[in-house]
Amino acid sequence: MRRALRHPSFVIGGVLTLLLLGAAAMSLVWTPWSPYEMNLPGKLQPPSASHWLGTDPFGRDVASLLLVGARNSILVGVIAVGIGLGIGGALGLLAAARRGWVEELIMRLADFTFAFPAILSAIMMTAVFGAGIVNSIIAIGIFNIPTFARVTRASANAIGSRDFILAARACGKGPWRITIEHVLPNIASVLIVQATIQFAIAILAEAALSYLGLGTQPPQPSWGRMLSEAQTLLFQSPMLAVYPGVAIALAVLGLNLLGDGLRDLLDPRLTRKR
Amino acid sequence: MSLFLLKRLFTLIATLLAASVVVFWVLEVLPGNAAQMLMGPDASPEAVLALARQLGLDHPPLQRYGLWISGLLTGELGNSYVYSTPVLELVLERLALTVPLAVMAMVLTTVLALAVGVYAASHHNRAGDVGLMAATQVGVAIPNFWFAILLILLFSVHLRWFAAGGFPGWEDEGVLGGIKALLLPAISLAVVQAAILARITRSAVLEVMREDYVRTARAKGLSRRATLWRHVLRNALIPVVTVMGLQFANLLAGTIVVENVFYLPGLGRLIFQSISNRDLIVVRNCVMLLAAMVVIVNFVVDLLYAVIDPRVKASDI
Amino acid sequence: MRNTTPLLEATDLRLRLHTHAGTVDAVRGVNLSLRRGETLGLVGESGCGKSLTAMTLMGLHPEGATVSGSLRFHGEEMIGQSEARWCALRGDRIGMVFQEPMSALNPVHTVGHQVAEPLRLHRGLTAAAARKEAVALLDRVGIADAARRFDAWPHQFSGGQRQRITIAMALACSPDLLIADEPTTALDVTIAGQILQLIRDLVRERDMGLILISHDLGVIAQNVSHMMVMYGGMVVESGPTREVFSRRAHPYTQGLFGSRPQLGPQAHPGSGARARLAAIPGNVPELRNMPAGCPFADRCVVSLPACQDEMPPLIQLGQDHCARCVLLESAG
Repeated sequence: MRRALRHPSFVIGGVLTLLLLGAAAMSLVWTPWSPYEMNLPGKLQPPSASHWLGTDPFGRDVASLLLVGARNSILVGVIAVGIGLGIGGALGLLAAARRGWVEELIMRLADFTFAFPAILSAIMMTAVFGAGIVNSIIAIGIFNIPTFARVTRASANAIGSRDFILAARACGKGPWRITIEHVLPNIASVLIVQATIQFAIAILAEAALSYLGLGTQPPQPSWGRMLSEAQTLLFQSPMLAVYPGVAIALAVLGLNLLGDGLRDLLDPRLTRKR
Repeated sequence: MSLFLLKRLFTLIATLLAASVVVFWVLEVLPGNAAQMLMGPDASPEAVLALARQLGLDHPPLQRYGLWISGLLTGELGNSYVYSTPVLELVLERLALTVPLAVMAMVLTTVLALAVGVYAASHHNRAGDVGLMAATQVGVAIPNFWFAILLILLFSVHLRWFAAGGFPGWEDEGVLGGIKALLLPAISLAVVQAAILARITRSAVLEVMREDYVRTARAKGLSRRATLWRHVLRNALIPVVTVMGLQFANLLAGTIVVENVFYLPGLGRLIFQSISNRDLIVVRNCVMLLAAMVVIVNFVVDLLYAVIDPRVKASDI
Repeated sequence: MRNTTPLLEATDLRLRLHTHAGTVDAVRGVNLSLRRGETLGLVGESGCGKSLTAMTLMGLHPEGATVSGSLRFHGEEMIGQSEARWCALRGDRIGMVFQEPMSALNPVHTVGHQVAEPLRLHRGLTAAAARKEAVALLDRVGIADAARRFDAWPHQFSGGQRQRITIAMALACSPDLLIADEPTTALDVTIAGQILQLIRDLVRERDMGLILISHDLGVIAQNVSHMMVMYGGMVVESGPTREVFSRRAHPYTQGLFGSRPQLGPQAHPGSGARARLAAIPGNVPELRNMPAGCPFADRCVVSLPACQDEMPPLIQLGQDHCARCVLLESAG
């Protein structure tokens, strides 16, 4: 743990991520103003003592919107990564355990989905099923699956050829037991690192979808949509376009740094400075 | 060599076919009756049926798929449900913007990323490296559409050097005018991708610098710079080119969003508008086109491998 | 009349590494002197500093490390020289062959291109002229069908052939000195024998100096006339190979010889099934934790208490033969 605290990426990333989580958690119990409360006469006000970051075109408090937006981003991230990790991880383990045509098939499918970038698949899905936070979470989650499948299979394979696995098999342990007892704990660190990276990507994807109007729908606050609303008012209130972007950037940066830090700390073999 | 090429071509065609099946299924079969959607829930069943017949939607799905595939090969893509103009025309018009945009962005990305990555690697762990890597960390975290908005804020609102959006076409203000309109969009696409690629370039170069043959080159009397250019870079390009191929897909996805930021009448915006209009035939063909572009670029990247790395032809994956 | 200036002369050569964990003296006062036609072997376990010494002799020590002492090539002081001067010497006047032939060649350049590279770099030959010479070199080192194989890729050759190619590369500009760092360790025994024969022949043909590094006493015995035994970054015994082999003055040298497996009923202490291979007890200490005195002190079976604290003096045992051990003082 002490080593962790000396690692700059981990510390900065950890602090930013905690800020993000803290903001989201806090928004559950308290925000300066209600993010849904509109106050048209008081719209587009500059930062002041009562509205720390000013108000948006509908008179809503920007700071409160950002806090609830954090909650929104985290929700999307957690569920989307959960879907990817759960299904993708299972598929990856299956591919590594079964080998043969099962592995080929799963990997070909995974390769194939890379032809459809996240935004494209999300757009396709929302085109068919309609816009909204649920559909965008599903779309982002589905796109996470091949990434996790690949990573899981690669690291499970690497572990699988190690001697202690052979020893376990020589003891007569079945493939499922080996997977759960031996393989999983060893690939856990790789998966955790990947999860933080995918979390960051999910936040970016959700922001893009909301910006396009395909993600979180009003009146639910979303950082991406705040940016699209602010774009029409660049001449009058330029700062409105800055705050949500900074929030997104800091959240993603924090998660990326955290992931980098975790990767350096958890993988004993990577002792070289990169 | 020809066996290698044949295998790759086979994969290419197989992937394209698979993609077309997926696209068709998601955008034609799943949504159900397109005619119903276009007319709305209150339309009479007869009107819906008439429209369906007119649009050719009364045939079974497999037949419609077959017609579509043969249409793709001949260029006969049907008409837009909303505009009644040939889809092909619409698409080609928009491609005239999206393709140059993507190319500009790719060129900017490559130049920027290679320069930054190689410089950082050759100044490993010194001030230049640390500073640049911090910058790329930030670059990776920035949403490309936000960066676009910031660029508009600086260059259009404050400095008034560029318009805040729109595209005058290639004729009205000439080629230069067109490029000027695409410059800010290309930059906003490029910066984020370049940040990712720069990091990959740097670690690829560092990885190669640790190889034994680099030590051999130095033992032969090659200076550090000569070693870098003649021995390191070509080997480092191998993983970098892979990533560039993958990045192209992200780049295209990025154009969809960035075209919306700048109100550019490109392919991305067409897809977007067509979704709002429920003009699924346009969406289907555009998505297929984008997917095809990605697959073809990856195919080219695979071929580039064989050129850069002589070991590839031998192992013949 | 042979020029008596030594080809290579190192006096109190030291290499200090600056790592995350602190400074490490990896090479601690190496002295050597080599003339044309002379062969010198460096032997020791992994981590004793022999490879780093070789790299320092080429100026290829790790960046940021400090080199001190004196290193003269043809009388020219090399420590503190510009990188450009080093580059002029490397590959031209000094050639080096490394341990891993499988990874010593760049996979994206043809073999011929790489052999011709030093010729084009140092001699300014045109591509065609360099090609001709390179083909001749490849032929000399035993690559069959050299003219056609010039355009082949490294992955199309076996380990032994690749090592021949690296030897051709190292000798392309007819250097005065060849440094070979464990050239046969990664090769099969029969191939290893051929490669060493090749090196011996070429060195003799061209009247070159040779520094051969190995952990294998057999290789040392057969290939070099003089040898130095290294431990903990220092030379603990040096002298003509024959003398060192028969006298084995330093306790570490004795340990090295004692730990070679031998066949025969009385080869090892103990009887019958319980005969054990003598091994030097303990492990090579980390370079960071070297005692102030003799580096071998804590593993030496005959060490005295004073050995840990004071650096033993260099004792002259014969005309060329010396060793660094307190116990030899009285013996003489």
